[in-house]
Amino acid sequence: MEATNEMVTIYVMGKKYEVPGDLTIMKAMEYAGHQFRRGSGCRGGYCGACATLYRTKGSYKLEGALACQKIVEDGMYIAQIPFNPAEKITYNINELRPDANTILEYYPEVSRCLSCNTCTKACPQDIMVMDYVQTALRGDIAKTAELSFDCISCGLCAVRCPAEIVPYNVATLARRLNAKYIDGPSQHVLDRVKEVEEEIYDEDIDKLMKASKEELAELYNNREVDLSE
Amino acid sequence: MTRYTYYPGCTLKTTAKNFEDSTLASSEVLDIELVEPERWNCCGTVHALATDDVMHHLAPIRNMIRVEELKEQDMVDNKKMVTLCAMCYNTLKRANEVFKSDRDKKKKIHDTMYREDIQYSGNVEIVHLLEVLREGGWDEVKSAVKKPLTGLKVAPYYGCLLLRPRGIGIDDTDNPTIMENLIEALGAEVVDFSHKQKCCGSYHTVHMKEAVADLSYNILKQAEDAGANILVTACPLCEYNLGPRQTQIRKQYPSFDSIPVVYFTQLMALAFGLDEEATAFEANKPDPMPLLTEMGLMEKNKNGSNK
Amino acid sequence: MSSFGSKQTLRFNPGENTFKNRVNELSGENVDLCFQCGACSSGCPMTQEMDYLPSTIIRMIQLGLEESLESKTIWTCMTCFNCEVRCPRGIDIANVMEALRQLVLRKKYNRVSLDDLTQEELRELPQIAIISNQRKLTA
Repeated sequence: MEATNEMVTIYVMGKKYEVPGDLTIMKAMEYAGHQFRRGSGCRGGYCGACATLYRTKGSYKLEGALACQKIVEDGMYIAQIPFNPAEKITYNINELRPDANTILEYYPEVSRCLSCNTCTKACPQDIMVMDYVQTALRGDIAKTAELSFDCISCGLCAVRCPAEIVPYNVATLARRLNAKYIDGPSQHVLDRVKEVEEEIYDEDIDKLMKASKEELAELYNNREVDLSE
Repeated sequence: MTRYTYYPGCTLKTTAKNFEDSTLASSEVLDIELVEPERWNCCGTVHALATDDVMHHLAPIRNMIRVEELKEQDMVDNKKMVTLCAMCYNTLKRANEVFKSDRDKKKKIHDTMYREDIQYSGNVEIVHLLEVLREGGWDEVKSAVKKPLTGLKVAPYYGCLLLRPRGIGIDDTDNPTIMENLIEALGAEVVDFSHKQKCCGSYHTVHMKEAVADLSYNILKQAEDAGANILVTACPLCEYNLGPRQTQIRKQYPSFDSIPVVYFTQLMALAFGLDEEATAFEANKPDPMPLLTEMGLMEKNKNGSNK
Repeated sequence: MSSFGSKQTLRFNPGENTFKNRVNELSGENVDLCFQCGACSSGCPMTQEMDYLPSTIIRMIQLGLEESLESKTIWTCMTCFNCEVRCPRGIDIANVMEALRQLVLRKKYNRVSLDDLTQEELRELPQIAIISNQRKLTA
């Protein structure tokens, strides 16, 4: 739905507010007078702290969103989920093997997945959550890592899962196993670390450290930005 | 070459990988191409028997949508879903029947799966690989045999879910012949025995392994007493209960004389003269290779490994 | 310890929401068809581990005895359908057992737990075993 310049009605924890229609949920709640002590983080759609559930008037559908990204809609009923209770199983990544049953060993509840797709419907990042839980169940670690790449551990999938799985924890284990044992090290990172150790950048950094505020401003304003990347 | 949608089931990708490997290799010989969908999910292993249950039908029906998608993309030649695991076969088939006959459930399933691109039409047919072989004719199988399994005394073990309940089974519950026909086509000897349809203990292997060991012991003993030297099965859970669980059986029955347990497709791969990667006997416990080498059906390489 | 088998007075409720009717509805079977021939029990492979025979459980449902829900039998049943093919009246006893299990499980009761399994078991058990075990025996 597109943002509107008009005022819209939203309900925060049941209380009615009139807010500008082009604000995100987070800004709208602050406009209404709420101060965020939990449930707010990077404000950039990356940290997963502002997980929110909402319904709109006239629709029974329960939707999930990130408060810092989602624009308000008229008749929105909002509830924040600042914390999802979940145990992250302790493991030593150095002692694990990327075997077919490794994920099942640490998160056996994955076997309870009903393939109902509720997790996918709740995800604000458009991830195919059910698909990656299923690939985790059958030991395809690489695929699980690939499908869960955009996950920010906001917790909405875990809150709604009827089988009581915590998909983002499963995904984290898969990505760690994949990175360590399957994909291998990122060569460009290793190369850059070597360059730093060889003090290739020391001179340039020194110049910047000694530059005045005006010189820095000049450099910053005239910098070349490569938007193709 | 006929292309069918192939539904592996979770276990065939992990502990029963030998079942999958031997199937794909031997099907190719018979001009059967098995196409695995890119997305599929666990079928649930057991059919939800309660009449009001809709939730547990989502998983099987979702897989049938995958078949219809593949047919639409012309990646397969028909709307059949070929399964290997007996439990998957049973669950998928029963869910399909429920979907086709219950309009209320059909509607609820459609409503919940609104994110799928197409609605399931109800036109997919669930088949087990044995049915596909039967349809193609046993002579086809026979003509593909390069090394007949002469002298091998095979006990066909059906288990429960391939034949029951009535109307779902792939063959007659009292007098099944489908596995026997396959065994004969491969050149081996069929050993009929009383326990070929008795339950192996199924999911009780998780929390009641002693009871499972009792049931499995009876099955294996009856097969052996009837003269079999190998047992053949079509279900990864049966294979687990009758194979790897033999260590548990030995604890309860120390004088137990084990016989190897293999998947029917592994025998097919062996008879078709395919290599070690296709027969995939390495994963089987107990190891069938000593028996097969002894009978001259497998060759031992100079460095000691089997061919 | 149940009182089944000892002398007791049974009062039959002509109401709709009886235990028997609930079981019939949930299973899709009609237990009143059973005439206690015992074919199901003689074919059942797990009777050694059971406290009541399958045919006895059916009788208990016919009489409206809810203590059938407390039996060990309903959890020992492994849904092998041997009873279903043998029943001369076409009753699927495995369905009836499932209905009894559901009546207990839906009250948040778990018969087994994943916590009982060691890491080694989780590594070695095939997925098919864990998944079916959880589906049948947990809420």
